[in-house]
Amino acid sequence: MPVYFDNNATTVLDSRVFEAMQPFLLGPYGNPSSVHRYGRAARDAIEAARARVADLAGAQVSEVTWTSGATESNNFALKGFADAFGAQRANARMLYAATEHPAVMEAAESLRNRGWTVETIAVARDGLIDWPKFEAQLAVAPVQLVAVMAANNETGVIQDLARVSKRVHAAGALLLVDAVQAAGKIALPECWREADLMSLSAHKIFGPKGVGVLLVKSHVELAPLLHGGGQERGVRGGTENVAGIVGFGAAAELANAEWSQRATHTLALRQQLEAGVRAIDGSIIFGDGAPRLPNTVQFAIPDWEGEALLMALDRTGIAVSSGSACASGTGEPSHVLLAMGFSRAVAFGAIRVSFGPQNTAAEVDRLLQALHSLRVERRPA
Amino acid sequence: MIYLDYAATTPLDPRVFEAMLPYLRPDGVFANPASTHAAGFKARAAVERARAQVAALIGAEPGEIVWTSGATESNNLAIKGALEFRGSATSNFLHIITSRTEHKCVLDTCRHLEAHGISGRAVRVTYLKPSKLGVVTSEDVLAALTPETLLVSLMWVNNEIGVVQNIERLAPLLRERGVLLHVDAAQAAGKLPIDLQRTPVDLLSLSAHKVYGPKGIGALFVRRRPRARLNPQMHGGGHEQGMRSGTLATHQIIGMGAAFAAAKADLETDAARIGGLRDLLWSRLQLLPRIHRNGGDENGTAAIAIAPHLLNVSFEGVEGESLRASLPELAVSSGSACSSATAEPSYVLRALGRDDEMANASLRFSIGRSTTASEIERAAALVIQQVQWLRELSPLWAA
Repeated sequence: MPVYFDNNATTVLDSRVFEAMQPFLLGPYGNPSSVHRYGRAARDAIEAARARVADLAGAQVSEVTWTSGATESNNFALKGFADAFGAQRANARMLYAATEHPAVMEAAESLRNRGWTVETIAVARDGLIDWPKFEAQLAVAPVQLVAVMAANNETGVIQDLARVSKRVHAAGALLLVDAVQAAGKIALPECWREADLMSLSAHKIFGPKGVGVLLVKSHVELAPLLHGGGQERGVRGGTENVAGIVGFGAAAELANAEWSQRATHTLALRQQLEAGVRAIDGSIIFGDGAPRLPNTVQFAIPDWEGEALLMALDRTGIAVSSGSACASGTGEPSHVLLAMGFSRAVAFGAIRVSFGPQNTAAEVDRLLQALHSLRVERRPA
Repeated sequence: MIYLDYAATTPLDPRVFEAMLPYLRPDGVFANPASTHAAGFKARAAVERARAQVAALIGAEPGEIVWTSGATESNNLAIKGALEFRGSATSNFLHIITSRTEHKCVLDTCRHLEAHGISGRAVRVTYLKPSKLGVVTSEDVLAALTPETLLVSLMWVNNEIGVVQNIERLAPLLRERGVLLHVDAAQAAGKLPIDLQRTPVDLLSLSAHKVYGPKGIGALFVRRRPRARLNPQMHGGGHEQGMRSGTLATHQIIGMGAAFAAAKADLETDAARIGGLRDLLWSRLQLLPRIHRNGGDENGTAAIAIAPHLLNVSFEGVEGESLRASLPELAVSSGSACSSATAEPSYVLRALGRDDEMANASLRFSIGRSTTASEIERAAALVIQQVQWLRELSPLWAA
C-alpha cells in the first residue's frame, strides 16, 4: 500500500465531504444567480456552507468571500487592498514575512508595479519573526499592510500572531494572515481574532480543490480582483462553484469537530518520526524549538539531497515532499530555509513530511526503515 | 418544472461525472498535480489529457490552454493581462474596443480599467453599438481602430440573444493590423464549430459549466504562434507557464476535458436537435400577436446567425415582472443570470434599441441536451396562456 505523507501539498477528499457534494454535482441545480427554484436551491446551499466556514474560523458569515483557492485569496487581499488604497501612493508600503507562501510573496512583489514599496520581514533561525528587525522596520516609516502566515507550509512553524497583530495595529497597518496550513490543525478563531484579512483553502482540510475563502473584516476596503457579474456583493465576479463550495462547507464542519483529535493523532506520529530522525547523526529538524504544526516535520539528513531522497522514497511507495508542491521541480532550494539562514547546501537536503489523520504509526515505521536502508545503501564501502 | 435556462448553467453530463469520480474518490487520484512524486505525476498526466481534450474542440494545441476558475477569470486575465504586458511598450494611453452587448464581466473589467488605468497608464474604451439586430460588423470594428488600439474584445455568441458575431471574418483583418483579438466563447463552445487553426483569434475564453461540465473551472486559450503575451493576474507558484498560479483542481479539469470531448462528439447532432426545438418554440409562440424576437430578424431566417440554443422574445402589453411571476413552472430568465438579482432591464436589449418596457417584458429561453419536444410544447402553451391572461387584465392592452 502506498503511503501518503504529503498532506500539506493536498489532502484526500473525505468521503463524507464527497457525499455532501454529490447532490450538487448530479442534481438539477441551477446557476445560484438565477431567481428560479433551481437557482435558489444552489444559493441556499452556498449560504449554508458560508456559515460552516465562518464557524470554523470564528468569523461572521458576512466576512466570508468565496474564491477559487488560497492563491486567489492572497492575490485578492493584496491587490484588492492596494487598489482600494488607490492614489495616495506616498505611504504605500507593505511588509511580508520572508517565509511566506509564493502566492503571498509573488503577489506582494507585484505591488511594486502599482507603485508600492515592498519589503520582507526577516525571520530568525527557528523561523519565527526576527523581532528587533521587525520593530525597527515598523518604526522607520508608515506601513499600510503586513502579511504574516499563521503556520508555515514547509516547516510548520507557527508565528505568534497575537504579538504580531498588536505591533502591526499599533503601527496603523492591517494584517493579512495566510491560514491555509493552520486550518484544521490549530485553533483557527485565535488566528482570525488577530487578523484583518485571512486566506483559507478547502483542499488542505480534506475538501475539494479549486475553492478557497478570503475572510475580510468589515472595516477593510477591498477592490475586486475578478470583475463582473456582481457575485459576492460585487467583490468577486464569476458563477459560483456550487459543489466545491458545499464541499468546503462540509470539510470545515468536520475540521471544526475533529481538529483537536487530528492534532493529537498527527502529533504522536510527528514525535515518532522526529525521534527516529534525531537518532541519525548530523540530522537537522527545521524550526526545532519553535511552536510547530502537529502534522509537519521538515528535516535533512547528511549525504542526502532532498529531491533524490524524495525519489528514492517514492520508489518504495512513500510520498513526501522536498518543500512546497508549488516550487517542486524548479531546482531551487527552499526560500523558507534560506530565509532562516541555512546554506543552499543544507536547504537542498530538506524533506517535508506532513501527516493526516489517516496516517498510522506503522507507516512512520516504514518511513524510518526506508531511511535507514537507503542510508546503508549509500554508506561508502 | 421545465428547465429552459441552459445558457445560465447546464447540468453535469453523467459521462462527465463518471470521468470525474476517480479524482474525487478517497481511493482515487488526489495528489497535487504539482507534486514530484508518483501520485503527483499521475494527477499531472490526467490534467494534460484534459488539456488536449479542451484544445481539440477549438482547434488549438494543448500548450495553448491555460486553466482558470471560469470564464469570468479568463476574461479578466485576457484583458488585464494583455494590457499590462503591452502597457509599458506603447504610448501614454491604451485603447480597447468592445461592444455594448458583451457579458457583464467584460464590461465591468473595461469600466474598471477606464476608471483606474493599468500600470500607471490611462485606458480608453470604445463601446460599439450593435445594429438593431445585434450585430457588430468587422467594418464597425475597423472604423474604431486608432494607433493606440491594443485589443479588441468581442464575444462569439451573445449570452442573451444568441447573435453570432462573424469572428472568422474579423480575426484576419485584426491580425493584418497587429491588433490583438480576445473572444469570449463561453456561449459558443460546443454550440458551433470553432477552429482556431483557421481563425486567428489571439485569446479565447471558455467555461465548463455552459457545456455540461462542472462549475468553477474554465480556460483561456493563449495563442503560441504568434505568441500572445500576458502578465499574470494571480501570482504565486508559477503554475500554467507562469500565466496563472494556484493548485490545479484536478477533478474539475478532468470534468472540463470530458465535457469538451463529449461536446466535440455531439456537436452536430446537438446543434441540429436543439436548434430544431428552438425553432419549434418560436413558431408556437408566434400564435401570439405583437411579440418580438430579440437578436437577428423576426423570422430568424436572415443571414444573421443565431446560436441554436437561444431564443429571446419581448411581449407587448405585459409587464416583465408579472410575466415571470406568472410562470413558476418555467425556469427561464430575463437576461443573463448574473444580472437577475438586479431589477434593471437588460442592457443588451437596450443596446438593440428596445425601450425599457420592451426590454423588461422579455424572456430568454435557452434549450439544452435534455430538453424534449413535449417540454417545448408545454412551455409554449404556458407562455401563451399567461401572456393572454395578463394582456386581458392590462389597462394598457388594446388588442
